[in-house]
Amino acid sequence: MNRLGTILVVIGFGIFLAIPFLTEHNVSDSFITKEYNSEERAKLASSAYTSILNQDITTWKLLATTDEAIALVNKSVIDTYGFSGEDIIRLENLAHNNSLNAQSIEALWGKGNFKVEAFKNYGSWLFDREFSSDEELESNIKQVTNNIAQYEVIPKKGIDKYAAKSLKYSISKHSITGLLQNNAVLFLLLTFGLTAIGGLLMLQVFMDEKPGIKNNGIFFHPAKARKWLGIIIGTLLISFYILLYFFPEYMGGWIRIVDPISYKLNGSEAGQFFLYGFMYTTSMLVMGARMMAKYRHNKYQLIRTGSVMFFQTIFAFLIPEILVRLNQPYFDFKNAWPLDYDFFFDFELQKLIAGGNLGMFMLVWGIAFSLIGVPIFTYFYGKRWYCSWVCGCGGLAETIGDPFRQLSDKSLRAWKIERYMIYSVLVFAVVMTVGVLYTYFTGASELLGINTFSMRQVYGAFIGAGFSGVVGTGFYPLMGNRVWCRFGCPLAAYMGIVQKIKSRFRITTNGGQCISCGNCSTYCEMGIDVRSYAQRGENIVRASCVGCGVCAAVCPRGVLKLENDSPTNRVNTTNFVRR
Amino acid sequence: MHVVIIGNGISGITTARHIRKLSDHQITVISSESEYFFSRTALMYIYMGHMKFEHTQPYENWFWEKNKIDLVFDRVTDLNTDNQSLSLTSGETISYNKLVLALGSTPRPLPTKGAELSGVQPMYSKQDLELLEDTKNIKQAVIIGGGLIGIELAEMLHSRGVHVTLAVRESQYWDIVLPPEEAKMVGDHILSRGIDLRLGTAVESINGSDKVESVTLGTGENIDCQFVGATIGVVANIGLIKNTSIETNRGILVDEHLQTNLPNIYAIGDCAEIKEPNTGRRAVEAVWYTGRIMGESLAQTICDKPTPYNPGIWFNSAKFVDLEYQTYGDVPAKIEGELTSIFWNELEPERSLRIVYEKDLMKVRGFNVLGLRLRHELCDEWIKTGKTMDFVLNHLEELNFDPEFYKKFASQVKSQFEALV
Ligand SMILES: Cc1cc2nc3c(=O)[nH]c(=O)nc-3n(C[C@H](O)[C@H](O)[C@H](O)COP(=O)(O)OP(=O)(O)OC[C@H]3O[C@@H](n4cnc5c(N)ncnc54)[C@H](O)[C@@H]3O)c2cc1C
Ligand code: SF4
Ligand code: SF4
Repeated sequence: MNRLGTILVVIGFGIFLAIPFLTEHNVSDSFITKEYNSEERAKLASSAYTSILNQDITTWKLLATTDEAIALVNKSVIDTYGFSGEDIIRLENLAHNNSLNAQSIEALWGKGNFKVEAFKNYGSWLFDREFSSDEELESNIKQVTNNIAQYEVIPKKGIDKYAAKSLKYSISKHSITGLLQNNAVLFLLLTFGLTAIGGLLMLQVFMDEKPGIKNNGIFFHPAKARKWLGIIIGTLLISFYILLYFFPEYMGGWIRIVDPISYKLNGSEAGQFFLYGFMYTTSMLVMGARMMAKYRHNKYQLIRTGSVMFFQTIFAFLIPEILVRLNQPYFDFKNAWPLDYDFFFDFELQKLIAGGNLGMFMLVWGIAFSLIGVPIFTYFYGKRWYCSWVCGCGGLAETIGDPFRQLSDKSLRAWKIERYMIYSVLVFAVVMTVGVLYTYFTGASELLGINTFSMRQVYGAFIGAGFSGVVGTGFYPLMGNRVWCRFGCPLAAYMGIVQKIKSRFRITTNGGQCISCGNCSTYCEMGIDVRSYAQRGENIVRASCVGCGVCAAVCPRGVLKLENDSPTNRVNTTNFVRR
Repeated sequence: MHVVIIGNGISGITTARHIRKLSDHQITVISSESEYFFSRTALMYIYMGHMKFEHTQPYENWFWEKNKIDLVFDRVTDLNTDNQSLSLTSGETISYNKLVLALGSTPRPLPTKGAELSGVQPMYSKQDLELLEDTKNIKQAVIIGGGLIGIELAEMLHSRGVHVTLAVRESQYWDIVLPPEEAKMVGDHILSRGIDLRLGTAVESINGSDKVESVTLGTGENIDCQFVGATIGVVANIGLIKNTSIETNRGILVDEHLQTNLPNIYAIGDCAEIKEPNTGRRAVEAVWYTGRIMGESLAQTICDKPTPYNPGIWFNSAKFVDLEYQTYGDVPAKIEGELTSIFWNELEPERSLRIVYEKDLMKVRGFNVLGLRLRHELCDEWIKTGKTMDFVLNHLEELNFDPEFYKKFASQVKSQFEALV
């Protein structure tokens, strides 16, 4: 069974990896006109495509051609709408005559002309000015005309960076043809289907053994002990996240095979984040089943794993898709700010406000959940209620990440770095949100001299995508399964403060029973040196503890118990060990 | 003052740490086994791949220098109590003002014929663990002796796919400690985990020309094997002081302050034998906890706060493959005389609870559990204060230390007891 399972996983995953190479595209004239969304641009672009028109080509060829086409479009719009060398000489002449001003350029090209209006916007600071030298004059004028080319001509008439990104994605996704286009369901079954079935069959390894702790051989394992397979898996994961966040245009084939599911669920085609959500959920379900098989003697683990699987499938995946199908705002009811860092972004707020009664309810729910629900629940149950029962990131860590939990760094140094990093991210998230809201309500684009838009862009790229995705998950096989939760998650930081200061949750140490073996610390995914408390007979009250309960499960002497009890005397120490 | 501690196990290291907390004495800890303190109880998990050696070290390597505890990685070859000095294999001599002997145990040598063959080994030290890696390609092993280390060694080898026969002389597993019901449960559990437990089985001889090839059992049966585990118990490691005037019996004899017959020389942990143990405690207790508690109180004494060793109510714990065991207070293998007990158990999941109490006064004296966890603090307090069975049964739920959502047992135990009375 296990053998068969492994074979199926290897085949399924192999086909998945092969898909980008099996993906074929075919573009026609009319397709290009449609995608470029303007006769003019399409005409300019088409010359790049002539050699590949109506031919089956690879994604790389298509995207390289598209890059050329975009460059062509941009070059010719600059030729048409920008300032030519001659134009610049004319402007210089005006300046020499001390008559560089609105009237004189209107006289040259006509009032209302694109160039004129642009120059009035970008170059009015040059009007009626003295220049100390010809060089200074020339460089100033060139600066203005370059700015116009970059910020006016290309965005308005040509194709800028952002438009190019989505154009490339759209062309790539919509021009798929042949094998993948016609056999999406088949490929879905061959990849996700085989891998999932194989993964489930592999659980037989655990079922063959009697219920109990199953950590045999972990530190000899090629994937679980940072050996060759772990490094390969890490590399694949990191590459996947980089593609997902920064180069989705190369993922067309993968996205194509989940189209059928997307149509079923929300009535429209899949995008890269639908693919991600689908992969996330299916792998969490399979690996959740694995976690359950592995810990089937431990009811806490069974219920908790069931809970994260439920919240991911229903709340994070299905409900938002169904909301979209019902023309309601996409919304994940269990996501809480500041993990949900864009909750207060203008477009999100507008979306909810525009969403009628349900939208308003979502808005109120989101705020109340994050600001009232989160601390209250954390007071009663510790942050585990979220981190290892509800959260999607936590859910991923506890299922797919379980094989890697022992790789977290337990050193004091790591703990120090952790505190600096996670609280910095929290501060960043709060400042960014305040800034974004300030802009939303006042219209001012800067808060204390910092542009709020760039703040949110930086946060989105570095924390939202880079940290939580690329590093947070990509580094599972290298630094353990809670890299994001431990070093980066602002919500974890926020709940951690509550948990540390006032909460009923603690891990009780059972008198003097600890034998300092180190299993608890080794398997603590948060890198908490649990043993250092247990061997002193001291309860564990740590901001970072996500209450996964694995330390208590692996302890061979029954020393640790996660419990909620009166918050007074929480660190209470019995007198079995002298400190 | 220079305190020299021989042995960096739990007892020696606990002493060093506490002396540091209480004083500025110069502290030197000498050991030939490992550079840094590690947890002996965790050795099995390294072999099984649950942990690496570094995970078994409770303190990071910088800890010792930061706390000014000097570590010497060498063997003490000679001890001169007259001029208060000792010599190391390196030739260096170290003199002390106070000496702590925390020498631990050594495995009891196997008296069986063929015990000297290669492939026959005990399981005590880091070096034994390293030697055990020679078992990489073996198929069958026989472990002799059914104590706590025997079952650990059996579990270790079994985890790597070796067929293990565990030969135990007693008619029930560990029945010198466990009452019959528990002994039976543990034995059944071991069998259910695929270890070939042979009860009432003596090993007549170990056979082979150079390497072990088989063992012959008392029954005449021959078992092929490429490894023999010698785990028939441990004895105090007192070789070093054989030629000194320090008094010994089974271990190094110490008084209530853990001092030997010589002033300024103390002995703690596995190698110590208490001259007059408290009631309910034995003279030599080779377990982790006593080593630690001795270290804690000796540090006080050395730092001019004479503190008699008072280990309190006995407790211990172990794990037999997947079955956890905890015990508190007085639970003799044979419960008789003024004592009696109630025993509750269940097969799915395997778990049991025994409460020992005084027949006439109904006062609780001890607890034994398999497959479930009890709260140490409460067990200790109830035994110490002599709570009655009535109280214990009515508050049993408070003793429960099982993880959340586990099946409760208190009401079942209570109704069984009430049906009994
Ligand atoms: C495999 C195994 C599992 C165990 N599991 C448990 C358990 O689960 N629970 C429990 O309570 N107990 C357990 N024990 C027992 C427990 O480990 C011991 O009681 C405890 O370690 C004794 O500590 P100690 O400090 O007295 O001696 P040790 O830990 O033996 O330390 C003594 C040290 O002194 C060194 N030494 C001795 N002589 C010299 C010399 N001349 N020069 C230099 N160094 C010297 C030795 O090399 C050794 O490192 C287990 C023991 C073993 C072997
Ligand atoms: S301390 Fe225990 S419960 Fe908390 S995160 Fe670590 S392993 Fe999980
Ligand atoms: S796993 Fe248990 S016995 Fe081992 S160090 Fe942790 S608390 Fe102590």
